[in-house]
Amino acid sequence: MFSSILQTLPQVLIDGLALGAIYAVVALGYTMVYGILELINFAHGEIFMTGAFVGTAVLFIFQGAGWLTDMPAWLSYVLIILIAMLVTGALGVGIERVAYRPLRKAPKLILLISAFGVSFVLQDVIRFIAELKTGNYIISTPQLFDQRYQLPLSSISSWFTDASVKANTLFIFAIAIVLMIGLDIFVNRTKWGGAMRAVAQDRETASLMSINVNKVIVLTFFIGSALGGSTGVLFAQQYGTIDPYIGFILGLKAFTAAVLGGIGNIRGAMFGGIVLGVLEMFASSNLGILTGGNFGAEYKDVFAFMILIIVLIFKPEGIFGKAIKEKV
Amino acid sequence: MGKIQTILQANKLAQGLLLAAFILVTAGAVYLIDRSVTAFLLMLASLLLLYYTSFSNGMKWSIAIFLLVIVIPFATSGGTSRESYMEVATQCGIYVAMALGLNIVVGFAGLLDMGFIAFFAVGAYTYGIFATGQANNFISGELFPLSGGSFWIFILIGGFIAGIFGILLGLPVLRVKGDYLAIVTLGFGEIIRIIFNNLEKPVNITNGAMGLSSIQPPDLFGFQFTFPHQFYFIVIGILLIVIFAVRRLEHSRLGRSWKAVRENEIAAQSMGIPLIRTKLMAFAIGASFSGMMGVVFAAKQTFIDPTSFTLIESITILVMVVLGGMGSVPGVILGASLVTILNLQVLTEFTSWLNQLSQQGIFEVPNALSPSKMQRFIFGMILILVAVFRPHGLIAARNRRLPPEAVKDPSPPLSKPEVQPD
Repeated sequence: MFSSILQTLPQVLIDGLALGAIYAVVALGYTMVYGILELINFAHGEIFMTGAFVGTAVLFIFQGAGWLTDMPAWLSYVLIILIAMLVTGALGVGIERVAYRPLRKAPKLILLISAFGVSFVLQDVIRFIAELKTGNYIISTPQLFDQRYQLPLSSISSWFTDASVKANTLFIFAIAIVLMIGLDIFVNRTKWGGAMRAVAQDRETASLMSINVNKVIVLTFFIGSALGGSTGVLFAQQYGTIDPYIGFILGLKAFTAAVLGGIGNIRGAMFGGIVLGVLEMFASSNLGILTGGNFGAEYKDVFAFMILIIVLIFKPEGIFGKAIKEKV
Repeated sequence: MGKIQTILQANKLAQGLLLAAFILVTAGAVYLIDRSVTAFLLMLASLLLLYYTSFSNGMKWSIAIFLLVIVIPFATSGGTSRESYMEVATQCGIYVAMALGLNIVVGFAGLLDMGFIAFFAVGAYTYGIFATGQANNFISGELFPLSGGSFWIFILIGGFIAGIFGILLGLPVLRVKGDYLAIVTLGFGEIIRIIFNNLEKPVNITNGAMGLSSIQPPDLFGFQFTFPHQFYFIVIGILLIVIFAVRRLEHSRLGRSWKAVRENEIAAQSMGIPLIRTKLMAFAIGASFSGMMGVVFAAKQTFIDPTSFTLIESITILVMVVLGGMGSVPGVILGASLVTILNLQVLTEFTSWLNQLSQQGIFEVPNALSPSKMQRFIFGMILILVAVFRPHGLIAARNRRLPPEAVKDPSPPLSKPEVQPD
């Protein structure tokens, strides 16, 4: 049993890291919005999904215009991601304006209900557009990088079997690292980032220090949503098929990642995403082996939610978060 | 118009006459016209009209029961579409009871539960497993399926087991506040569905994605309930009990503690309200209503599978509560009826009408836009619009007001000096 787990471990790690990178970038959107508004932007999973669809649509347009063959693949990939980021960023700003800003003083329950509403509307609008254009809402995406590289691990040690890496996986790592480092520098080193942190700490005092709070909130939504949208493109390229309902479960898991790292904490979200991705991949390939075939990979979502529930019970502030005492 | 309104408000007799006329016309229309959805809906609207009359509470209740038990079943018995009307009415009843259960959790106690359908599933599977041969897989002795007579006791068992699941969910969730709670319950709903979907090995308990079929219909002294117009009476019976219980609970000590916890947890706790017990009771009671209706649902459909218990169903119930008004019993009843009718009647009728139009070539509606597929969009819009423009729902919740003289302390305090100064 142990050896069979060990044999697949390199492959599990590679796939888990790819999935984890996706979770991590989506989790950033949750954590940023939560840090500033103390709101779980439940529609964030749907923004991710919209990004996947926008990216695929742009890819089809490029294909139709024949640009794909003229451009190097990486250039069109980057272009697609940038366009998807712009569209989803604008979408996030629009959502904030329509569904959250009028409710800023309302009880949290109402805000959350509104967020769920947005998420359902987005799902159906995307389904409608996709079904209208292609006749089916489940869409398979053409892959820009479909090479696979073999890693001859069995020649290093007989404990491992060979693993393979998709070219796209490498691309995911690259993009995710660029985005995460970029965000970290932006938040910690720039003037706007300072304003963001100030608003997150104390909105009223920040506004007294001549920070335009509304602008900061809009910027936060733009950046968070753009990150979500870019991951959507990466996801579509990695797994090949997308449908309007992928955002729900993935959003939930990314949220789990954000909670795991301590919600409101940007570096924590990155860490939580990676951990969750690896754990989930490990569970999905090994649950069957560990339980003697009784519970298989179909329980991997249950596993992820159990992690969420356990973290919330025993360490609700997350691994890197600080416990906050509620004031009367 | 204003004049008529004032006359109506002052004169109960005029109200009664108007109501009676309305009921007579709509019930007659339902009886005489075959397949008229409008007439049927208007007949149901008479209950809403009744709510706004100024009769005494007892009077309103007797008229409502008379309408539900005699007028509606009789009026719909006229045409060929009797069963479809009764199906809608039965579904309405089931959803109203569930929405009332969720209203306890969300409306009274302020705990946003996004996985409420899980308890419905627990109730449905409780009856489903024992009323089919499924239980033979893990209990030896070929005792199953149980006869339909056990249905009545299973209503209670289903409610009880769902209540236990409510407490099981509540226990971990107690440490979690506000928005986290929504996410955890959402995850819980999914977990229950995934487990029911896969629990065919190592022991086949739920028969997995295949679902349970040919569940025994209820049986009362040899009389079998199979048609919607027979289930209607079971549902109405349970519904009346549920409404009565909810109304009693709302103003009880427990109900007032729920509301106190909702308004401010810390303040409530410092006033001596046991936080844990209060929250757990909300989960357990809300879940048990849902579980009871799950049993009825399983017996009515005679077939259940995990696809009936998806997230969209949880959201549907939440929409009912939010639309009607969180914490408001009449509001939730109205919200649940509106959403169910919208789902079952208005959307399907509208779809078939659009299909007819496009068949005649008048107006081309793409299949993707067919209204029966637009549920998510419509529900999402309802949630946003209600949240932004009418956060208290259609009929806002009101706290009961006592007349001022009742508030003044009738009994003198104990330490009152015996001798009054002159």
